[in-house]
Amino acid sequence: MIEDNGIVIAFWILSATTIACALMTAAVRELVQAVLFLALTFVGAAGIYICLSADFVAVAQILIYAGAVSVLMTFAVMLTPAADRHNSETIFQAPALVLSGLLLAVIVFVVLDTDWAISDAGAFQTTAASLGEAFLKPYVVPFEVASVLLMVAMIGAIVLTRELEEDDDA
Amino acid sequence: MTMLLDLITGYWWDARDLSNMTRPLYEFLRDQGVSDAGIFVISALLGTLAIISFVGAVAIINIWVERRVVGRMQSRLGPNRLGPFGLLQPIADAIKLMQKEVLQPASAPGWIYTVAPIAFTVPGIAILAVIPWGRNMVLANLDVGLLYILGLSSLAVLSVFMAGYSSNNKYSLFGAMRVIAMLVSYEIPIVAGLLGIVLFAGSMNLQEIVLFQEEHWAFMIMLQPLAFLIYFFSISAELNRTPADIAEAESEIVGGYHTEYSGMKFGLFYAAELINAVAVSAIIATLFLGGWWTYKLDEFIPGWMLLIGKIYGVYFIFVWTRGTLPRFRIDQLLAFAWKWLTPMALINVIVVAAEVLLWNETGWSDWFWIPAIIAINTALCVGLIVFFVKVFAPKFQRFPTRPRFYPGIDVPSLPAVTPPDFARKGGPA
Repeated sequence: MIEDNGIVIAFWILSATTIACALMTAAVRELVQAVLFLALTFVGAAGIYICLSADFVAVAQILIYAGAVSVLMTFAVMLTPAADRHNSETIFQAPALVLSGLLLAVIVFVVLDTDWAISDAGAFQTTAASLGEAFLKPYVVPFEVASVLLMVAMIGAIVLTRELEEDDDA
Repeated sequence: MTMLLDLITGYWWDARDLSNMTRPLYEFLRDQGVSDAGIFVISALLGTLAIISFVGAVAIINIWVERRVVGRMQSRLGPNRLGPFGLLQPIADAIKLMQKEVLQPASAPGWIYTVAPIAFTVPGIAILAVIPWGRNMVLANLDVGLLYILGLSSLAVLSVFMAGYSSNNKYSLFGAMRVIAMLVSYEIPIVAGLLGIVLFAGSMNLQEIVLFQEEHWAFMIMLQPLAFLIYFFSISAELNRTPADIAEAESEIVGGYHTEYSGMKFGLFYAAELINAVAVSAIIATLFLGGWWTYKLDEFIPGWMLLIGKIYGVYFIFVWTRGTLPRFRIDQLLAFAWKWLTPMALINVIVVAAEVLLWNETGWSDWFWIPAIIAINTALCVGLIVFFVKVFAPKFQRFPTRPRFYPGIDVPSLPAVTPPDFARKGGPA
């Protein structure tokens, strides 16, 4: 009984938490609080991955999104001069609402349009090992392309933020 | 001796593996008609209870251990008034902390300020869930145990930031900013250093890593001395312990992120710091020092006792560094992470990958490869450290004539100092 219902209860609790935190991310008036709610949203999504017995993806989600990305976001927020504790209403509210409404419409359309097939396959045994094999055997080209993209982004960031010492001397 | 072992092996009084003690309970539950899921829930609760009791005991005992050991290292006595050897001092401290009023700045946003100490305490406890205490004694035998540990330890730093930011105080914010800068830098050497272990063991499961060390009859610290040093330095920065405690640095920024905390909220920070230190010691003991396995010794002494012994051995080294080393400056810490630890860790990963590849491809016996890898990696560790010190370290100056870190600033040179005799004669440099 617990085998069947436990996962359903966990799923609903996690979904409710995730959606509530996502709403709060948009609703709070303070940027740092929004980032913290966003981190909670990431943790909730990781919980949903665990329900799907994708433990590697879940832990990577916590490590990368809840840990690293939200820390980088707080860092960016702290370096932003406009990141006041009380953000006033901005003129960008209306276009943002329109854009997110459109996005919601697209997602709802996709959800309704998809033919959801339920798989009989059991849980993966070792997701980390099978993911590694998949990355380095059949999907090696997309994997390498993604790493080249990240490399380009990193070099671009370094070039953009580098101080031009040569120009000062000249 | 073997007769004696036969007498206890597998029975509930076989304390070498506490899972033997719980087996009668499970059999009783199954006879009562409890389903597998019910037994699973009960065993999970029992294991959690054990971990939390361990954490509570450790948080109380380690206050005393830390203060006494540091006191001894600094030629003082440490707490010695309350009870024998001052053993009751932590309990008195805890009672005092609980009685103190919890003050909160009027300008601090409430919920972040309150949640921060709790969120700081949880990861340290949760990390202990994946530590294997014996052959059958793991609370959560996760396949991604190592990544789980890394993910949780990065969450702890976020809660330090929450504390520093929500205090709405300049010094707290300084501490928080320093923590973030440090985390961004030190995450890389930590992950790259641990990658060598994962390559050797072929798994991120902590139990598998211990079994790898048992199978090949070698502690991981012998195979990976450089990774051990890198991990030790980096994690002591993440732990905010004294050689790297720039986030709270009481002589520079009052108390850093916990300046505004008082009463039990501060007590939670204090306890969580000790719990995190023990959790990290447990990780080091498991990954590098064989965990519960110790060269046949674990057949006679319970593995979990050996693990606790190793945890306290590593913890002693942490206390030792705290008692002897001065604090780094923030630029020194960040430069150390980026210019020293990160390249060393990357070189280490490349060498280990080549070794593992050769090991698998040549098919020669382990009796050749294990000593060969130990020799190569020890030489690599010593060679890299000597090379980095020779090439990249700033030259040691006994009598510096100008500030070293800001060459562009025009500073009048210091008055000439007559060096003492021992320096002129080329004495100890």
